[in-house]
Amino acid sequence: MLKITKYVVYDILRSKVLILYTAFLGIASMALFNLETDPAKAIISLLSIVMIILPLVSIVFSTTYFYNAYEFMELLVSQPLQRRTIILAQYMGIGLCLVLAYVIGVGIPMLLFAPGEVSVILLFAGIMLTLSFTAFAFLASVLTRDKARGIGVSLLLWFYLAILYDAILIGILYAFNDYPLEKVVIGLAACNPIDLARIMVLLKLDISALMGYTGAVFQEIFGNGLGIAMGFVVLTLWVLLPLWLSVRIFRRKNI
Amino acid sequence: MIEIDSLCKTFGKLPVLRNLSATLPAGRATAVIGHNGSGKTTLIKCILGMVIPDSGSIKIDDQEIRNQWEYRNRIGYMPQIGRYPDNMRINQVLGMMKDIRGRFQPGLDEELVHKYALGELGKKSMRTLSGGTRQKVSAALAFMFSPDILILDEPTAGLDPVASEILKDKITESKKAGRTILITSHIMSEVEELADDILYLHNGTVGFYKSIAALKEETGEEKISKALATLLK
Repeated sequence: MLKITKYVVYDILRSKVLILYTAFLGIASMALFNLETDPAKAIISLLSIVMIILPLVSIVFSTTYFYNAYEFMELLVSQPLQRRTIILAQYMGIGLCLVLAYVIGVGIPMLLFAPGEVSVILLFAGIMLTLSFTAFAFLASVLTRDKARGIGVSLLLWFYLAILYDAILIGILYAFNDYPLEKVVIGLAACNPIDLARIMVLLKLDISALMGYTGAVFQEIFGNGLGIAMGFVVLTLWVLLPLWLSVRIFRRKNI
Repeated sequence: MIEIDSLCKTFGKLPVLRNLSATLPAGRATAVIGHNGSGKTTLIKCILGMVIPDSGSIKIDDQEIRNQWEYRNRIGYMPQIGRYPDNMRINQVLGMMKDIRGRFQPGLDEELVHKYALGELGKKSMRTLSGGTRQKVSAALAFMFSPDILILDEPTAGLDPVASEILKDKITESKKAGRTILITSHIMSEVEELADDILYLHNGTVGFYKSIAALKEETGEEKISKALATLLK
């Protein structure tokens, strides 16, 4: 498996798109930390980037790469290799490169300028989000043969999870204003990796006091070490679930 | 030996293989022929596990291949259109395959790599290659690991006459070495030259499966193209 991953990594590093992405993240985070006097504020701005750009780049890049590497997979499938090995090696290669870009572009500046608990949580949340959206991209890619349709499905998924979901959530909160919804909101937030990651980071910042009673409930659940650990377990599920589904589908796929 | 038993495959609503059964013995070359879309490539892809049949079984030396992968160590496959990662170079593709498969076979058969001078072309990227050169790479890869079973999907299509002769010699040599060979072709003179048996596919099922000698005898024709024309009339 590692042999194939090696070729995938080698191939991605030659394509320069990833280097541009790393540079973009690096410039954005350096700029934020240098322009803001308060590192906490810079982290909030960085959080918006991580929650929007990171999933978008991860899902689009992975889907495009998957389709472009179709020939490569065709070649491998006819060789003495398990299908599971082929797709997991591919996943590891892409995931590794994207995580590396994030760690270099955002992780290192963040830990240099604002070392602390928040930065560490944001770093790991970002890594999990990258891996999760790469897995979503694989799922979209094994479901459709057509490249354009695959990228369409990926973009819709990103749009839903990054933008639409929040709007629906706020809609629900307004509509059922009179009922105690705190627990429901936590449940709903766990159903979206981006929301979950965002809440986990926000609660480590002082601004959670502004979120009223809901914020207090969140604080009670996610405020301690166990809550954070639970959050990461759910995020891990958001990586493993789409990945497992795509391996399952790929094993039965006609190449 | 490859035993195919009542193989069925449908793509969407289109049935491609219908209840196909045949046994390809070891040490013989079988030519699979049939008109375009008769299921030749699908049959090959089923044997390679690239396409998963809806029903039926394929056994290689009494070993069911469904959900298996190790058996592919014994197969050399030359696809109809060799598709390779665009930004890899020839020697990278060759090196990668050695890397993946080499550990199973210590002695590599690099005769075709040398005869096609792929070493000298090694720096060229796969994107820039002509169809014929790609075919050369495919052929070199199919024979490289000295497999017992060779599956060649229109091997000489796109090759120049010299390269074509080199490949045919290699196929004949492999047959003498007792390997099982499955070949598809539309060129009847080539079939006559290389194959012992003919498996004629018609709409996804076996039209007939006979040795070339029997075919000629039956129809009283000297050339199989004529014999086929008589038989299919």
